[in-house]
Amino acid sequence: MAKMTLEELRKLREKKQNEIQKRDIEGKDARIIVGMGTCGIAAGAKPVLDTFLEVLDEKKIDNVSVTQTGCMGLCYVEPTIEVIVPGMPDVIYGKVDVETARKIVEQHIIGKQLVTDHMFDRPAADIIKKDGGK
Amino acid sequence: MHICIDDYLLDIVQNSFEAGSSLVELTFAETGTKLFCEIRDNGKGMSAEIQRRVLDPFYSDGEKHKKRKVGLGLPFLSQACDACDGTFVLQSEEGIGTSVSFSFRLDHIDAPPMGNVASTFLALLSHPLCEELVIERSLETGKGGDRYTLRKSELEAVLGPFETSGTLALLRQYLSSQEEELEQYREENLLDMHRRNTSPSRQ
Repeated sequence: MAKMTLEELRKLREKKQNEIQKRDIEGKDARIIVGMGTCGIAAGAKPVLDTFLEVLDEKKIDNVSVTQTGCMGLCYVEPTIEVIVPGMPDVIYGKVDVETARKIVEQHIIGKQLVTDHMFDRPAADIIKKDGGK
Repeated sequence: MHICIDDYLLDIVQNSFEAGSSLVELTFAETGTKLFCEIRDNGKGMSAEIQRRVLDPFYSDGEKHKKRKVGLGLPFLSQACDACDGTFVLQSEEGIGTSVSFSFRLDHIDAPPMGNVASTFLALLSHPLCEELVIERSLETGKGGDRYTLRKSELEAVLGPFETSGTLALLRQYLSSQEEELEQYREENLLDMHRRNTSPSRQ
């Protein structure tokens, strides 16, 4: 790939936007949050973030929100990620490597099935300051 | 400790974002044998007392996570620099900002592998607390060299906000193309070392 200019990037985006309008909205309102604290980084969270973007791009899913957060307090099962898909329970996955990241896109985001062998529930109790106003 | 140099970078630039900076400037300059990196922010800065303690891996200000001991980013980095004949300088003034500069001798046996620079820049540019980030990246070797500049505001003006997978995939493609252009100036022996050190399962 030759070095892209900002102008080429702009054209690529316009082309992509036209394509999006023709496609079904597979990942609508889905969110992936990657824990990117010191613990997450040390355990390989960055290649995991990169893999999510790579696989979503491969599957031509453009509308999943992909964000980063700090430590979720689950340093012993890093890299941790949270996946929120409408109509499904919010899930925190632990020990997510690049293979698991691919599986989460294919099975959870697209297939609407939980990846049960890497589930890790919710953030640790002392990290939650106020649980939903309770 | 982190595995790659770019992991250290990602870890400590996040400090600048969390310090409430409206502008973070990053210089990432590589030669055949050395990496020089500088991060300057206009965040809240640190008092002399905190600056003295922040390199102690057992120190934490206790504010972010009250019952936990955190704060390993800077100690990790300064130790890794020490281990391979590098330098580490921290300067900070309360209310003005902080700058961290460090260098690694890349031909040192204990130098960590570089990692994936494009994906690190991607994670930094799309960090939720990043307001404005300017990255000056260069590679100069015996074979010649090149440089590029990234500006978050400029890239967001082209792509829209860095939120969804489609936008981030385009950004990823753009950043990879900038890094690939530099590859031609990498010298053989270092490139081989780089490949040998970088485990495919991690990068």
